[in-house]
Amino acid sequence: MATQHSRSAARMMLAPAVVLLLGWMLVPLIMTLYFSFKKYLPLRGGDLGWAGFDNYVRFVTSSAFWPSVQATLIIVGGTLLITVVFGVLLGLLLNQPMWGQGVVRILVIAPFFVMPTVSALVWKNMFMDPVNGLFAHLWKFFGAEPVVWLSDASLFSIITIVSWQWLPFATLILLTAIQSLDGEQLEASEMDGAPVLKRFYYIVLPHLGRAITIVILIETIFLLSIFAEIFVTTGGAFGSRTLTYLIFQRVLESQNVGLGSAGGVYAIILANIVAIFLMRIVGKNLDA
Amino acid sequence: MGQIQLNQVTKSFGDVQVIPPLDLTIEDGEFTVFVGPSGCGKSTLLRLIAGLEDITSGHIAIDGADATNLPPAKRGLAMVFQSYALYPHMSVRKNIAFPMRMAKMPEDEQNRRIEAAAKALNLTDYLDRRPGQLSGGQRQRVAIGRAIVREPSAFLFDEPLSNLDAALRVGMRLEISEMHERLKATMIYVTHDQVEAMTMADKIVVLRAGFIEQVGSPLELYHKPRNTFVAGFIGSPKMNLIEGPEAQKHGVHTIGIRPEHVQVSKTEGTWKGTVGVAEHLGSDTYIHVHETGLGDLFTVRISGDIPVRHGDTIFLTPDMEQLHKFDENGLRLP
Amino acid sequence: MARAVTQQRKIINTTAAWAVGLLIFFPILWTILTSFKTEATAIADPPVFLAFDWTLENYGVVLERSNYARFLWNSIIIAGGSTILGLIIAVPAAWSMAFVPSRKTKDILLWMLSTKMLPAVGVLYPIYLIFIKMGLLDTRAGLIIVLMLMNLPIIVWMLYTYFKEIPGEILEAGRMDGAGLKDEILFILTPMAIPGIASTMLLNFILAWNEAFWTLNLTAAKAAPLTAFIASYSSPEGLFFAKLSAASTMAIAPILILGWFSQKQLVSGLTFGAVK
Repeated sequence: MATQHSRSAARMMLAPAVVLLLGWMLVPLIMTLYFSFKKYLPLRGGDLGWAGFDNYVRFVTSSAFWPSVQATLIIVGGTLLITVVFGVLLGLLLNQPMWGQGVVRILVIAPFFVMPTVSALVWKNMFMDPVNGLFAHLWKFFGAEPVVWLSDASLFSIITIVSWQWLPFATLILLTAIQSLDGEQLEASEMDGAPVLKRFYYIVLPHLGRAITIVILIETIFLLSIFAEIFVTTGGAFGSRTLTYLIFQRVLESQNVGLGSAGGVYAIILANIVAIFLMRIVGKNLDA
Repeated sequence: MGQIQLNQVTKSFGDVQVIPPLDLTIEDGEFTVFVGPSGCGKSTLLRLIAGLEDITSGHIAIDGADATNLPPAKRGLAMVFQSYALYPHMSVRKNIAFPMRMAKMPEDEQNRRIEAAAKALNLTDYLDRRPGQLSGGQRQRVAIGRAIVREPSAFLFDEPLSNLDAALRVGMRLEISEMHERLKATMIYVTHDQVEAMTMADKIVVLRAGFIEQVGSPLELYHKPRNTFVAGFIGSPKMNLIEGPEAQKHGVHTIGIRPEHVQVSKTEGTWKGTVGVAEHLGSDTYIHVHETGLGDLFTVRISGDIPVRHGDTIFLTPDMEQLHKFDENGLRLP
Repeated sequence: MARAVTQQRKIINTTAAWAVGLLIFFPILWTILTSFKTEATAIADPPVFLAFDWTLENYGVVLERSNYARFLWNSIIIAGGSTILGLIIAVPAAWSMAFVPSRKTKDILLWMLSTKMLPAVGVLYPIYLIFIKMGLLDTRAGLIIVLMLMNLPIIVWMLYTYFKEIPGEILEAGRMDGAGLKDEILFILTPMAIPGIASTMLLNFILAWNEAFWTLNLTAAKAAPLTAFIASYSSPEGLFFAKLSAASTMAIAPILILGWFSQKQLVSGLTFGAVK
């Protein structure tokens, strides 16, 4: 509740943020939409007129499209699976009484703060290099033939790197959620004679449901647009070209802006579908 | 100076009108208490005067000058909040100094006033502490100190004692009354506690659902409540209100008799009843009487102690001089 | 809740947690260790863990060769600039939504969040074009603006959450005490919200520091920050593990330290208050 005075002041103070974000959202969005209906090749003649839905059709029918969707889904799905499952387990483990809990927490969180280009490079070279990487040493130690990770198992390698980056995020949020679980509820169920696994299944897991959903939604939005990890490791080769990377290549590498923009519109639609679910949860929380 | 005039003031939140058109004048130097049950609009009214809420229509004048559209800072009023609203990141000294700092008062004058206020409020030893390190009563005093130093044209208090425990509350009540005597400043005090209202006020404004039910001195309200609502709200224990045949004997819809205006006898009297709970306070005894045939539970207040027990039969005789009469609309009859 | 935990169970927990923690931390640890090795030791088989001749030589080479200082300076300016600019715009906005809420406040908050969900790649070319037209390509100013806009929703959101926890009566007291809007924000709200503002700054600094889509695509030589500096190592020439490690360590060390300070606020900041 407030006065007219403060209300008009409030509107004034909100305005810059709203105007800037509106511009940031609308201007590029409208331009992308505009380009997506154009035949536009900056290095080969520039604006060559309207193209109707050609770009949209061509983007989807190009031989690179479906593999890129597949690669995107595998990377996103694989990473989600790994981070959520291990995130829950790690969260449960870190919630136990132990010595040096704070230090362990810090160790676990650390990868989240490593810039993506660094973690991609470190993994690519120092761990996955087929000659000098640690994995190669390890394989040789057991008498096995070193794997050429980034070309023979490119998706798996990228999932490993990305999971390593995102596991801390999942763990931290799930740990926070676990800590908010009412201890008396667990004790009550213990009194009711529920064994450990049942307690986890019927009480802990439902309690974590919301946190898990949030982890999945937020990670999905970020993972759909991972870029540096692929840029630095495989450059999109060996079947690791995601939708994001494909669009990037169309726009900046082959300078086919119309085609890339159509791809961009697809990416925006895809992200919005996920975002709607996330907003619902966040919005519900605002009312409380 | 500090005369405050409300002229046809209304307030609506969306479609809900919480203050219907209201006229009220608070004279300079008067201690006015707004009292009423929770949700009666008394705090809203105070915030309208403070300028923390806009009035929907009408006018507010302070010392004769129109203040309807003035922001709170320009009205020259000081407010003590229910939660004290001290600035947690500032020391007591800085808290008290804040309004003067905002008014760009010279430093030495600020210090002089802080010292004076601290002395008057027993805060001298605490000036360098943070609010978090103080007890509830001390915080209350800091909030008052912050209000005093500005020498405002009026003080506004929003249920300032409701967060204190009972003993402290009585003490602070006295201190605020004392302060009023000393400063002779206009004070508007909001409370839901009719004891605070009765003990502190020069003028009480009883509110219900945004309407002013009655304005008057404490004793006026006690002796001549304008309607059954005020009759029931002012005075403790509550006035006994009796409808039906017993009221018709007096030719009215409702009669009221305060618990302290009833004589008790074990042998004879106007009404007969059974003792329910008897509360022995030492100085007084409250007896709750059942089965009087008068409707609800009947309460009697006897000075001193009286040996009655649960289930005893008892006779009650009202003091006819002190009988209140109301019509079917609940309005007082002469 | 309190219950005696057997010593034995605590030992098992501790061992397991430390093992997992060290495993997760290992790549970082290994990088730091390797940065102190010679190139030959760095690729030795079997790998050497601690027993090697520690050397600072790699740091010297990296500093000399790639003008690390300039990349570092760009990173600091870009991350710091976008965070501060973002705060200047976000503090008033968060104030108005937290203390003068209207019926639209919730929608505005959610809409702001939704701009964060816009995939960068979808608007890559328009931004690229605008940057060329306005001469912002490969400038720090350009990146500051883009990263500020990108993180603005998070800044507004975090500040909003913190401001919500400040009782409105205190601000009203300030108003009664004669504080104008500017005084109110400067002397009352901001000092009270300092812990919240600090953690907001920290988190956004980290996010901006690590941002690797716009910083890679919109810079060339002049304005490139550390993300690009490291990416330039992706085409290897000969033996370079130790130098890569030294460069990596220098790129992540400042943020690791800041990150550890901000871990408490991380959760509510990253989930927009949905998990606390």
